Amino acid sequence: MKTQSKTAFLFLLPAFAFLIVFVVWPVLYSINLSFYDWNGITASRHFAGLGNWRSLLADEIFWRALRNNVAIVILSIAIQLPIAMGLAVLIHRGGRALKIFKVVYYFPMLMSTVAVGVLFKAVYDLQFGAINPMLEAIGLQQLALDWLGDARYSLYSVIAVICWQFIPFYMILFLARLVSIPSELREAAAIDGATGSQYFWRIELPLMRGIVGTAITLSLIGSLKYFDLIWVMTEGGPSHASELMATYMYKQAFSSFRMGYGSAIATAMFTIVMITALAAMAVGQRRRAEA
Amino acid sequence: MRRTILMLLAVAWLLAAGLPYYFMVQSGFKTQFELLSSPFWALPKEWTLQNYRTVLAGTFLHSLFNSLLVVSISVLLILITASMAAYAFSRIQFRFSRPLFAIVVAGLVIPVHVTLIPVYLLTTKLGIYDTLWALIGPYVAFNLPISVFVLTEFMREIPRELEEAAKMDGAGPIGIFLRVILPLSGPGLATVGIYNAVALWNEFVFAYVLTSSPARRTLPLAIWDYQGQYSANIPLIMSVLSLSALPLILIYIVAQERVTGGMMAGAIKG
Repeated sequence: MKTQSKTAFLFLLPAFAFLIVFVVWPVLYSINLSFYDWNGITASRHFAGLGNWRSLLADEIFWRALRNNVAIVILSIAIQLPIAMGLAVLIHRGGRALKIFKVVYYFPMLMSTVAVGVLFKAVYDLQFGAINPMLEAIGLQQLALDWLGDARYSLYSVIAVICWQFIPFYMILFLARLVSIPSELREAAAIDGATGSQYFWRIELPLMRGIVGTAITLSLIGSLKYFDLIWVMTEGGPSHASELMATYMYKQAFSSFRMGYGSAIATAMFTIVMITALAAMAVGQRRRAEA
Repeated sequence: MRRTILMLLAVAWLLAAGLPYYFMVQSGFKTQFELLSSPFWALPKEWTLQNYRTVLAGTFLHSLFNSLLVVSISVLLILITASMAAYAFSRIQFRFSRPLFAIVVAGLVIPVHVTLIPVYLLTTKLGIYDTLWALIGPYVAFNLPISVFVLTEFMREIPRELEEAAKMDGAGPIGIFLRVILPLSGPGLATVGIYNAVALWNEFVFAYVLTSSPARRTLPLAIWDYQGQYSANIPLIMSVLSLSALPLILIYIVAQERVTGGMMAGAIKG
């Protein structure tokens, strides 16, 4: 047993060296730093106690960022998953006719988020973009909005792009599960006279509860951590309209050089994500126990 | 009725997924004047390669090389360290096995941003700020959890008998790992490798914070720099985007199932 433990630790050592230096230590350091005022440059930092945390709780912008994160969570799940499910069923049943479609279907997943952001900034562009000229061409000028520049729409304009980018991901996830359902079930249901939609609602969908749960969890946690696309497309603006916890943290730490306050935001974000993840895990486990 | 709705959805998504690419590729061949003077959906009247020439004459290829270098070193390190850890978790019984595995699982959800300030400070202190080396540590560490997780699941499925046979022949744990487990883990390693390669190829935040000069930029940051520098020249930016999307699209067309399967590694446990 003793030599076995020793071998195990030797095998774990390289991985844990990376994890400790670049994940565990930084998390602890951030928590610690959230109790200081510091610009990241001077040698001395000033202990602030709960100062940063008090400011955070009273910070209008932080709460707005959190609300925006929650909006992304809800809209991502509500828009992406049903569409992805519809497309997965379609591909699964469509057979050969949809083969050519399928190649194009995954395209959004293949571009880096930065590229997607830059591309859609151009697509939304008022003059040279694709959307407004098209709306004007079909006589809907009044719908030609300032998609990213207007505080009322900017968050939703980016959410539309997030959906565009992630629908293929969930589509493949659902498709993989659909393919694994034995075809005998389909035949038996057909003999019993079940229609295509009855088969989906009564047989396929219940069998996919597990994978839908996984998809919801992934989307939930991913949305709370979201950064890249918002940063590229709006930098959280205009006037914080599309601010997220991560973009706000970045600005405080690396633009305003308020490392302590940035760390407080990061720690708050960390806590929210961990609690959400634990809750999602608990729900998942309870459901599995019931099943 | 239902059928029509589904077919409409099929065509709608085809257009939604394809049209932005169409816009991107053909605009890249337009002159700036033509983009302003004709509608975006019209193909270029005169196809120009000028945008591509400008981009290729700049630092683009250098960034491509940077990305290739950082991604291959990181993926290699991830595969080595993750497979070793997965071997310990799946084949050896030892104390603290569960709490240590719990740390790995927690690593699956930790937001990158909570480590950004400390990693930035550490990088400057080590004097590797604005070098490609700065990226490798965080890249490996943040992709280890998923990799260890997937490989542990994979190695659990390898029959014990094979291990026993090697033990009879006098092989120690290192021998078993190198000669039995690793060769049988090929598909698992491929999945993890593809997943990490795609994720790191597209990584933005760490590269944004830990590098600054054009010579050290990876591909996503090169795109970022171009759009800052040429924000008014949409055709040029579209040619940068087309070029940067090309490698992954080509690989995808050659090995569709492999790539999509690999990208799903993050969700493998259903």
